[in-house]
Amino acid sequence: MNVSPERQPLPLREVSGPSALGGGRRRFFDLLWLMSVTEFRRTYFGTVFGYLWSLVRPLMLFGVLLFVFTQVFRIGAKLDNYPVLLLLGIVLYTFFQEATSNAVTSVVSQEGVVRKTQFPRLVIPISVVVTAAFNLLLNLVVVFVFILAWGVEPKLTWLLFPVAIFFLFLLTTAVSMLLSVLYVRFRDVAIIWVVIAQMLFYATPILYPLGRFGLEDETIEQWLMVNPLAVIFEQVRVWILEPDAPTAAEAAGGAIHLLPAAVIFVALCVLGVWTFRREAPRIAEEL
Amino acid sequence: MSAHNAIAHQPPADALPPPPAPGDPLAIQVEGLSKTFRIPTHRVDSLKERVVRPFAKPDYRELHALRGISFEIRQGEFFGIVGRNGSGKSTLLKLLASIYRADAGTIRIAGRLAPFIELGVGFNQDLTARENVLLNGVMMGLTPKEVRHRLDAIIEFAELEEFADLKLKNYSSGMLVRLAFSVMMEADADVLLIDEVLAVGDASFQQKCADAFHEMKARGKTIVLVTHEMETVEDYCHRAMLISDGSIQRLGDPGEIGREYLRLNFERESTATIHEGESESEEIRLVDARIEGADGSRLSQVEHGETIRIALELEVKRDLPGVDVGFLLANADGVGIFNFGIPVGEAEGRRDLAAGQRLTVRAELQNSLVAGRYFIHCGINRAFEGGIALYLQNAIDFLVFGGPQTRGVVYPGIEIEANVEEGGR
Repeated sequence: MNVSPERQPLPLREVSGPSALGGGRRRFFDLLWLMSVTEFRRTYFGTVFGYLWSLVRPLMLFGVLLFVFTQVFRIGAKLDNYPVLLLLGIVLYTFFQEATSNAVTSVVSQEGVVRKTQFPRLVIPISVVVTAAFNLLLNLVVVFVFILAWGVEPKLTWLLFPVAIFFLFLLTTAVSMLLSVLYVRFRDVAIIWVVIAQMLFYATPILYPLGRFGLEDETIEQWLMVNPLAVIFEQVRVWILEPDAPTAAEAAGGAIHLLPAAVIFVALCVLGVWTFRREAPRIAEEL
Repeated sequence: MSAHNAIAHQPPADALPPPPAPGDPLAIQVEGLSKTFRIPTHRVDSLKERVVRPFAKPDYRELHALRGISFEIRQGEFFGIVGRNGSGKSTLLKLLASIYRADAGTIRIAGRLAPFIELGVGFNQDLTARENVLLNGVMMGLTPKEVRHRLDAIIEFAELEEFADLKLKNYSSGMLVRLAFSVMMEADADVLLIDEVLAVGDASFQQKCADAFHEMKARGKTIVLVTHEMETVEDYCHRAMLISDGSIQRLGDPGEIGREYLRLNFERESTATIHEGESESEEIRLVDARIEGADGSRLSQVEHGETIRIALELEVKRDLPGVDVGFLLANADGVGIFNFGIPVGEAEGRRDLAAGQRLTVRAELQNSLVAGRYFIHCGINRAFEGGIALYLQNAIDFLVFGGPQTRGVVYPGIEIEANVEEGGR
């Protein structure tokens, strides 16, 4: 035996190749945290006005929409809290849109790393979502300052807000996983997603509040509640701004009618995880 | 390994642990490893296409990159993997590195493996050296704490202390390479997988790399090195493996593997034939020019020390009073090394060559050429009238392999001895 006494022979361990989560939980979270933080720092603190720029986009959109929907169409003019509702909705939707559209190309744009190093593949799309989530947290600070300045009283239901954020994060992550891995095979996913994300913006009650002074069409409201995003956004409205507004269940016409949204939500999560796990070992070859 | 090689390329012998012997614990065990790539002849890369033609059966061409290979590498071994492009060696590397998944077979690895398929993979140009080292280290499986602990040592080895907080986009390529290499050296994995990273940087950094490799070898690290450089394999490796066409062609002594690799390599590269169009004049036509084996088979390469058998076949197209056939042997740089020739048809008085006659010239010479590519030019001169009947530029093109790696073009059998007189002060 040539091995010196202090060097213990290491046991052989079977390696099974690349995977979504391979390399241990510890390493996954270390890497996820590090990648998200560095990316966040790079994007928002790289330039002098880094963070401000990221805030400008939703604020501009907010300004334009506020003008259009209070001065031109006058939907919002009927509702006292319309501006804060609009701002909150836009900031939340910006998170969903930013995360998912960045996630689409994330795996492919990290091609060099994927093809030449071994690490849990799932880190890539999720770190995109986490980076967007950091941005969301900062934006929410601004939004809540605005909400308080507007004169909305803090309520006990504000404590439920993290629950809504949690479900939004989950949904965003699932969609991001699905898109990032589909894009490896099908390059038109990017274009298709731009259109779908646009459609989802209008299929979510952001511009038009539901209920009295709002949409005032129960059939459409019921149909809207098939969209899990709509359910989350409407609950946020009730919890944060207007306890009198119809809850998601009321808008859907009974709690039972939330079932389709729940099924879609769970299905997206399962599909995202399943597809990513299935494709992860082969990503390096497909690129 | 030939005696000469042993002298020329002996690594510093001090402090080297003895090479691992059979019975030592294994670092890598590979059994029946197979990998087949399915290459679509028509790639469906849009959802639209998939939706429009949902039942179109995609056509695949199968590429067997690895065909069930098995081998073992012992702990503390410096193991070389060589092979031509497309031999499957990169696939093997990526399977070992967990970048691809195997179709069949198992890979077992003892401890942590760090792959270095390319220096500086995953470096982000917009981040500082410090941030990149942290990210890279964690990617290779260290904890952030461990990396922070080594951060200064890594920056120091790369000689980049002053630039640690500079973004990488402002780095020179040399600085990048140094940083990447030093991350690799500090990765402290149990098994290192290295793909041709030695051929980077300037001479002084190369020396530093070489020293680092010797040090890793001395520390008893298991290192798997994939390279084209036979000298590197012979210098560092305890054992080497030659892969060809997805199978193990040979496994064993690095010197033998090196020679086998060169033979395999040159077999296909050398064409050993003549330029079109220049092979015929009004008087003479070239039928064939070749290097032959002892059995008369066509060769494109000759090992150093063997016999070079040249065969030239010509056809006379017009009656000629006789010709002189001359050969000039030149190396790849176009430098003529020596020439030789023979008169044909004029020896026994004036025996003319008649139209339609064929003539063959054979020459045998001892191959004292050093490894490389060589050309033989042929000139066929009219015996009495003078002038050139046919000139064949690069009539034969062949390769020499094996032999000593020395300066110069030829290495004849040399016996050299030195005596020191007894006595004196």
